[in-house]
Amino acid sequence: MIINTLLIGVSSGAIYALMALALVLVWRSTRVVNFAQAGQAVLSTYIGYETMARTHNYWLSVPIAIFFGALLAAIVDVLFMRVLARRAQQGPIAEIAPVITTLGLLGLIHSLIGLIWGNTFVQYTSPLSGKGFTFGTHVIPFSPQNLLIVLTATGVMAIFAAIFTFTDLGLSLRAASFQPEIARLAGIKVDRVRTVGWAFAGATGAVAGVVITPTSYLSPNSLDLLLVTGFVAAVIGGLESLIGAVVGGVVLGIGFAFILQYIGPSVTFLAGFIILMVVQLVKPHGFFGHKTSRHA
Amino acid sequence: MTEGLVVKDLSISHGAVSAIHNLSFDIAPGELVALIGANGAGKTTLLRALSGLIAPQSGTATWHGTSIVKTKPEDLVRVGIVHVSEGKSVIPELTVRENLAIGGLWRRDKKDVLRATAESLELFPVLNERISQRADSLSGGERQMLAIARALISRPELLLLDEPSLGLAPLIVDQIFESLNTLRTHVGMTILLVEQNALGALKIADRGLILNLGNLVGSGPATELLHDPHLRSAYLGF
Amino acid sequence: MVFSVTKRVAMHSARLTPLKRALLLAVFGLLLLLLSNQVDELRSYQGAQVAIYAIAISSIIVLTGFSGQISLGHGAVMAIGGYASALAFTLWNFPWEFALMFGTIVGTIFGCALGIASARLQGPYLAGTTLALAVGLPSLANQFKVLGGEQGISFDIGDAPAWLRQMVGGEFTQYKWFFWLATPVAIVTFWFITNLLQSNVGRSWRAARNHPVAAGLAGINVARAKILAFTVSSSLASLAGGLFAVMLGLVTPMAFPLSLSFLLVTGAVIAGVGNLAGIILGALVLVSIPELSGTLATYLGNSQKVTANLPGLVASLLLIVVVIFAPNGLRPTALWKAFRQFYK
Repeated sequence: MIINTLLIGVSSGAIYALMALALVLVWRSTRVVNFAQAGQAVLSTYIGYETMARTHNYWLSVPIAIFFGALLAAIVDVLFMRVLARRAQQGPIAEIAPVITTLGLLGLIHSLIGLIWGNTFVQYTSPLSGKGFTFGTHVIPFSPQNLLIVLTATGVMAIFAAIFTFTDLGLSLRAASFQPEIARLAGIKVDRVRTVGWAFAGATGAVAGVVITPTSYLSPNSLDLLLVTGFVAAVIGGLESLIGAVVGGVVLGIGFAFILQYIGPSVTFLAGFIILMVVQLVKPHGFFGHKTSRHA
Repeated sequence: MTEGLVVKDLSISHGAVSAIHNLSFDIAPGELVALIGANGAGKTTLLRALSGLIAPQSGTATWHGTSIVKTKPEDLVRVGIVHVSEGKSVIPELTVRENLAIGGLWRRDKKDVLRATAESLELFPVLNERISQRADSLSGGERQMLAIARALISRPELLLLDEPSLGLAPLIVDQIFESLNTLRTHVGMTILLVEQNALGALKIADRGLILNLGNLVGSGPATELLHDPHLRSAYLGF
Repeated sequence: MVFSVTKRVAMHSARLTPLKRALLLAVFGLLLLLLSNQVDELRSYQGAQVAIYAIAISSIIVLTGFSGQISLGHGAVMAIGGYASALAFTLWNFPWEFALMFGTIVGTIFGCALGIASARLQGPYLAGTTLALAVGLPSLANQFKVLGGEQGISFDIGDAPAWLRQMVGGEFTQYKWFFWLATPVAIVTFWFITNLLQSNVGRSWRAARNHPVAAGLAGINVARAKILAFTVSSSLASLAGGLFAVMLGLVTPMAFPLSLSFLLVTGAVIAGVGNLAGIILGALVLVSIPELSGTLATYLGNSQKVTANLPGLVASLLLIVVVIFAPNGLRPTALWKAFRQFYK
């Protein structure tokens, strides 16, 4: 019983981890929490869905969705975020104007999807089975699709952790996000680098969408709740850390699974909210974050 | 002349306030020019305009004949102009090694980057001891050295330094000024050194420029300025 | 014309003493109410909507403009006010006036708790936390039977009381009744908030927002100021929520979707987040979005997809454009002329 719950927790945790990774990627390269991530991811998933509907080839639809996700994110950064950054901001909302912009984008994408595809649920099927693996007579609540999700989350985390730590691009991304002015003075093309960061995040969000959606349904709002849970996972890990995002996601997933099993569904939202508040009060930088001042 | 830095009728304002007023001066290649003046004289503003962080309202500035106003800082670095800004020029969250690496990221010639890094570490050996530490654990003087070391890795032709001695102990200040002197003498770098520490700056400079409230109120060979009694009392404090 | 007069009244009243302000607003309010006799059903309904949105937007302005904290979840606070009022009325048989008050009190307590929890959060963390609220809270209605699930709880306060109908005379429809209910409440609230902002409380909010360290050194308890701002803001939002429930006649999870929270932020940004007088403009824009979308929809072919999603598209575009190009609010004179065309 416990193992079952654990497995459920790990597979849903991997889902949260993917979304958290996307949020952390944008944060680490541009210091913005991109609430439009849910919209971008779901739009990319719709593109994958369309591809699937026309070609009946899931494994083709995935890279197409990912490519679109990266492209969409790059466009968003160039069209909206750069313009926003260029305008000298003053007044009470100067600090959060980027956040509000991403919010507007979320609503925009929701409406666009509704206009094009409608608001009803559709099914995005994957060739992998959604039924649990069978060991003899025992069916565990962990299916091939779940395995794909876990592998993807781990893979994405590993790839980006490597990029950030070992490559010049990763160093540019970090420098540009910590101190954009100093980075410019050192010759780093900060705007270009930020767009790359957004593209990475967009691709990750798209990956999350295409591997997760087959397990339920697709609609304009289907990734919104995931955005929030992904945010909670990212906060637990600390917005700075890719590993933290994954750990936070898994921990949250396991936690929810146990709460669901032993207490009931009505408390899950409350529990999530409480976890969010407690983590922020006890460890404001998350469990993997550095002690950097948020004002620096 | 078309060689070196030529600034003509440069005016910069912050909103309604004029910070630099019709400023004109030249710096020949290989010169070390000290720009001195009291707080609020506009020195930092001038450097920020020369390195592309802000745009002037009018006037021109050229380096070797090419205009450098209204250009992005990262593009100016590729032309050879590097600005070490006041107080905050290292990235605290990154290690010393990473801070140095940033200076070379834009360059294609990675072998020369390695050479330049080695040279910088020779100039400021203390950085070697701290190479893996985060920059926020460094002292003020070490940070300043790191900032300059990083700037050098870009192999600048024109180095703009904003008050490198600010808040540092006299011994460290001497060290830094020594290194600047070495750079000028052995490498032939053109340096515009902004300082409140007028004495130290003028001692190593070829020429001095005196800025007051956005206007150029004096210029000349450094030795002359050092011995001018008016200037001494007004700006050098002795 | 009504709009520019309203705005001018709002701006001038900000500079008066409380007493003079009360008189000015009372006269103004009376005029508005008398005006309502001249307009049709739809306008009465929209007028009531404007009044309610004005209260809701002022809640955001108090929170974000004056104490510098962001909330993306005020739709959820409205929901709390609405649901608490509906519960009190339908389940516990409170008279509707007391039900509304009860809803506001519950919302205030909730706001205080939320404020305490959020006092140390900033920027994106606070935004994300309140967003979590907006996404998750309405779904609670489905979890607990007493909250009525998808069908919701009704909140039908009936027609205008007899004494009012006799006093005013003429046909007194339900919508007109709502207008007569919402407008005085909005005006009184505006009076109250303006007083508050000019008092020591308002000053401490501004200080806490602009220079928290200096404010702390000057003896202002920054955390307490922020919590108070959250509390007041939640009172306003839950009051608006209760009135909103009155207008709808019921509360359901679908009445308080995520987009409502976004809409409130949009209205506040259009109003000018630090500018209380702008709430009328903000509210007017919010109310005209469905009309605008309706007109546009006819050009795009009135399919279901279009009618369902165009208002959201317009609202989101508006938010983005305003945040990027006019983050401190719109200057309305040129814009007002454009609006007039859509209104008449």
